[in-house]
Amino acid sequence: MGYGTGVDVGSTQTKAVIIDEKRQIVGRSLIDTGANVVTAAKNAYAEALADSGLQEEQIDYIVGTGYGRYRVTFGDIQVTEISCHGRGAVHMFPATRTVVDMGGQDTKAIRVSPTGEILDFCMNDKCAAGTGRFLGAVAAAFEIPLKDLGPMALSGERPVKIATTCTVFAETEVLSWLSRGKKLEDILLGVHRSSVSRSVGLMRRVGIEPEVTFTGGVAKNVGMVAGLKDAVDLPVNVGDDSHYMGALGAALFAMDHILGSRMPAAPVEGE
Amino acid sequence: MSTQTADTEGPVGRGASEGARLFREWYRSLDAVAQRGDGAAYVFVMGSLAELLRVFDLPTVFPEVNSLQTAVRRVAHEYLNEAEDYGYSPDICGYVKADVALQLRGGSHPMGQIPKPSLAVLTNACNTYIKWAEIWERMYQTPVFTLDVPGTRASGRQTWPGDPDFEHDREYVARQLKDLISLCEKVSGKPFDIDRLRETLGHTNAMNRGWKRVLEINRSVPAPFNAVTDATISLGVANGFRGTVEGATYFDQLVEEMEYKAARGIGTIRDEQYRLIFVGVPCYPIFRRFNEMFSEWGGAFVVSTYLWFASGGASLGFEYDLERPLESLAEGVLISVRHAMDCMFFQEQALVESIDDYRIDGVVYHAIKSCRTVSTGLADNRRTLMAARDVASLFVESDMMDKRVVSEAQLKNRVDAFFEGMASRRQMAGASGA
Repeated sequence: MGYGTGVDVGSTQTKAVIIDEKRQIVGRSLIDTGANVVTAAKNAYAEALADSGLQEEQIDYIVGTGYGRYRVTFGDIQVTEISCHGRGAVHMFPATRTVVDMGGQDTKAIRVSPTGEILDFCMNDKCAAGTGRFLGAVAAAFEIPLKDLGPMALSGERPVKIATTCTVFAETEVLSWLSRGKKLEDILLGVHRSSVSRSVGLMRRVGIEPEVTFTGGVAKNVGMVAGLKDAVDLPVNVGDDSHYMGALGAALFAMDHILGSRMPAAPVEGE
Repeated sequence: MSTQTADTEGPVGRGASEGARLFREWYRSLDAVAQRGDGAAYVFVMGSLAELLRVFDLPTVFPEVNSLQTAVRRVAHEYLNEAEDYGYSPDICGYVKADVALQLRGGSHPMGQIPKPSLAVLTNACNTYIKWAEIWERMYQTPVFTLDVPGTRASGRQTWPGDPDFEHDREYVARQLKDLISLCEKVSGKPFDIDRLRETLGHTNAMNRGWKRVLEINRSVPAPFNAVTDATISLGVANGFRGTVEGATYFDQLVEEMEYKAARGIGTIRDEQYRLIFVGVPCYPIFRRFNEMFSEWGGAFVVSTYLWFASGGASLGFEYDLERPLESLAEGVLISVRHAMDCMFFQEQALVESIDDYRIDGVVYHAIKSCRTVSTGLADNRRTLMAARDVASLFVESDMMDKRVVSEAQLKNRVDAFFEGMASRRQMAGASGA
């Protein structure tokens, strides 16, 4: 039995997934990335191994992905998280044609073929507004646990309009709404709608085709999921492993190599 | 995959070395003008009218080229900061700001001293040209001549010689050129000489013929030159030596070199895997590295819209009729500058044809913060092109001058995903027997 591993080193969290030849997940881990990207990748891999009960020698191929993919020093190849999220989403939800991935500091919209190939993609540039970091900043400003942000937003009724396009200034803006007597839930609903509208703008640039699958850490936020469904007026797939999707896609590419279907290796800088 | 260029043999590499030599020579001559305290005609790449200005022995300064050279030489940030400290907004064109700082520094430039403007000649091909020239007008009371060139009408319909609309447009340009001649006589103190104009037009004819032919030769597989890196050197010669015997000779030799390479299958990279079109203005702050992100995957830039519009439309290969030089100059300016504008605003059809003619695998759109003129509409153009042809495309954003908005890590991520997508396409096409 061959085993493939994907290690997704994101800006906020590092995820690792191990799959078997039936492409079933047999081990996984999720840790904070922190300042040392190399160590984060190693620790995530070690934890996924422990979760699977496998030994390192039993792993046949490792694919690194995410912004820190070139720091997965024990990896065999690197594949971008754009390809990995597309591949992972189609594996989990085979009818997926549009993927929206919202991570810590970027949001990407990806249009995929029935086999998971990337047909088009679009990402936020130069600005973290509308990403997980934006929601994290708002949660910190209100001193609310991140996990409570979505449920609280869903209880809002009259969303405020968030006009600012900068994460830093938006923090000031939401606090000013509070000082003007707006309900916290209504402000949070406005924040979620603002984030959703930015993501939908990216999705429109690649073309929104059903089914839509929502991946990345922000997909754990029920307020964002509900907002996205409303905005695109389509059902939105969200799996229990949505935040592992990049690592899962990387593990699937690893399994391709093990089973003989090869993904081209990304050139390493300076080689 | 190797990114090395092919072994040097025969005329291979001559265009690059000779282009660099001519470039240095051009800047040395400008330095000499500045040292004498003389002025120069400030002109732009989209409609320089160099053929006419040379008749009056007016040296030409291309502020756009000066500015991009500060980026290539990695000192652009010093110039941009200086202009911003002076009061110019970060959102203003980086070329303009680098030039403002150059003027504030009294003409000091990494390539040598740049003379002050004694005359500014511009067209309406770029809206910023008009405001830019006003800066020199305010700084030095420089006489400014703006040539209004009628462009392709909104529907994309072009008119050609013989069509009443075209003849009206030509007459409109011709009358403006007469005014320009009077101004040049006044500024230079020299009379207009139609035989000298005939001579400079003849040299431009040779250059335009060569430029068009060189671009056509890149239909060869593998492509003999890189349309972003190699060709930018030739573009510098095409602008700086327009209307000169040196420029004409350079392009004769460049055609010879490229035909030699094409005949022997010598490519710009050793292992060409993907043939690409570049749309926009290059990323000069990381000029070589930007290209490497593609060449490392075996991607070769075969076509570039920059070579069309930044040569003032010379890519069209227009040749002047030397029997009627003034009329033909008006006609050539009209057709070439219009073509330059079309390559920014109505580029889809030319791109579709290039995809077919040059066997293109992918199109790279490079929108830049500094320039609304070339970047506005690129996302829509891309959508239209993708509907017309099933090729991969990539949309990236950075700048041609300002490294503060150039994120190499972000660019590489997108470029890698672009190639992963093309590789998958190829794999799937192979699997289905397409």
